[in-house]
Amino acid sequence: MPLMTSRQALIAALHRAMAVDERVIFLGAGVATRNPGLLSAFGAERVRNTPLAEASIVGCAVGAAAMGLRPVVDLLFSPFLMLAMDALVNSAGKLGALSGGQFEFPLVVLAQTGAGWSIGGQHNHNLEALFVHVPGLQVLMPGTPADTAGLLTGALGQPRPSLLFSDIGLAHETADITGDEWLLPGQAAVRRRGDALTLVGYGKTVGHCLTAAQTLLAEGVAAEVIDLRSLKPLDAATVLASARKTGRLLCVTEASGLCGLAAELCALVVEQAWRSLKAPPQRLTGPDRPALASWPLEQAAVPRPEHIVARARALMQTHEAF
Amino acid sequence: MDAATASARLDAMLLIRAYEEQLIATTSASQPGTCTSVGQEACAVGVVAALRPQDRLISNHRSAGHLLARGADPERLFAEVLGRATGYCGGHAGSLHISAAALGVVLTSTTVGGGLSLAPGVALAQKLGAQPDGITAVFFGDGAACQGIFHEAVNLAVTWRLPLLYVCENNQWQAYVHRSETMPGEHVADWVQGHGLVAEVVDGNDVEAVHAAAVQASAAIRDHGGPRLLELTTYRQRGHFEPDDQAYVCATEHARWLARDPVKRQAERLMLDAEALAHRMVQARGRIEQAYAAALAAPWPQAA
Repeated sequence: MPLMTSRQALIAALHRAMAVDERVIFLGAGVATRNPGLLSAFGAERVRNTPLAEASIVGCAVGAAAMGLRPVVDLLFSPFLMLAMDALVNSAGKLGALSGGQFEFPLVVLAQTGAGWSIGGQHNHNLEALFVHVPGLQVLMPGTPADTAGLLTGALGQPRPSLLFSDIGLAHETADITGDEWLLPGQAAVRRRGDALTLVGYGKTVGHCLTAAQTLLAEGVAAEVIDLRSLKPLDAATVLASARKTGRLLCVTEASGLCGLAAELCALVVEQAWRSLKAPPQRLTGPDRPALASWPLEQAAVPRPEHIVARARALMQTHEAF
Repeated sequence: MDAATASARLDAMLLIRAYEEQLIATTSASQPGTCTSVGQEACAVGVVAALRPQDRLISNHRSAGHLLARGADPERLFAEVLGRATGYCGGHAGSLHISAAALGVVLTSTTVGGGLSLAPGVALAQKLGAQPDGITAVFFGDGAACQGIFHEAVNLAVTWRLPLLYVCENNQWQAYVHRSETMPGEHVADWVQGHGLVAEVVDGNDVEAVHAAAVQASAAIRDHGGPRLLELTTYRQRGHFEPDDQAYVCATEHARWLARDPVKRQAERLMLDAEALAHRMVQARGRIEQAYAAALAAPWPQAA
């Protein structure tokens, strides 16, 4: 089993998908230039460099998807999605439903985001929640090479559009790949079992939660750690089962907090697991400001394991007060 | 051009006129107003007659002409506008986003320029195998041409040599603003020379001229690959959206264009007198009134 980064695993999964399904095409600025293996295997008709013009790249992919192709589009960095909003939100997200189901949009749009490269706020912006709010879109953010390969493969078989975010901060981490990863959107993973409190994250905050859980265990607190992986569809059942077991929830995101995934999860357990709760559900999120470039400033915007530990300790002590 | 074909094109335009006049007459609180294409019927009928079954059409918010010219059932169109289950989109689209996949009218988007962004992908899919001998015709206006996506999409279509017929219905109005306020010149066709897109300006109120140009342009696309653009000079006789008092419209300009009405032009070509034309219109209205009544009686969709 070879060691791969998430990007390598994604390209390998795409290679497999293109080999078995000629409807799969790959579009984006540099997808042919930077993936000579794909280009030589599948040719320039299916592996297409594009202009740096996001609105037309995504629009083209959406039109092609409605006609039966399965485009994968590399938009490089998540803030660039803002240039393609009409095609993503008004067309891909809505025209399936508005047409009475006459069209399907099996496309996957790739984008990187997150602290880790000091690249600044117009290349790094965790705006996943913005897309979660759009009807019709699936929003995925895997944190491991295997999940990246699995979710790309799983999303490509779906009749609806998906955004697949990759965390820049995890770009250099490698893991074993079996080569047959396949994961349907909508399934969270329990990364560590525990019964004292539930820590939920996605992308790089999962690793931070696991590090915090080690520290907490030394203090006699067994934390359960959940990796959402798929933000929409959201695996409410896994989060609720854990919250009902532990009675304490701490949601940790790099994205800012207002109207975000962490708020949604807190609302979920308040609405559906109220009687099991031993303390008010908590959020630990990034700030409501653009990502700054300087390494220490960029890193300071991400919840760290020590922050998670501090909030978890406080959460463990609010039992009586609640 | 034979007389029977010219006569059929007049009837096709009359059907569109009668359909839209029905919606204008019945606009009310319970029947939302529509964006009509009154005065632009020759564009729809002339271009669509040049297309083949394997071709795909992308329309916009003024879609009735394109759909009816392609053979849409007026009853199912009315049903869609009225939100009934028997509409082409099950009542989910209303008047603004009517697609009819069975007719090859795909992905109608009502954001101005939305269709322009999708068109290269539809044409690419055709080229890659969906309909290797098909072309995509995308209908848009001078307003959409002022969107940035127009230039992005034209650049892509020319660079990738996509089988795409751009049909610009330059109707002089961009919602509530006259084209002369938003464009330095009169023609969109002038803009695309720099993109290497072959373009032709045609009298959009002459259905035969439109048809001849569309036949030539679509044949060029099929024979040589790569896109073409037709700019059809026409006029939006009604307001942006019904009801609209058009108080902002210059009466002199409006009157000049009414004198060039495409229905009247075709009737003159056929040497029909006023009475004969009125008779043809009564026939079209009869069919439309029947369709409207049937649509009104159709069931509402079930809310999930």
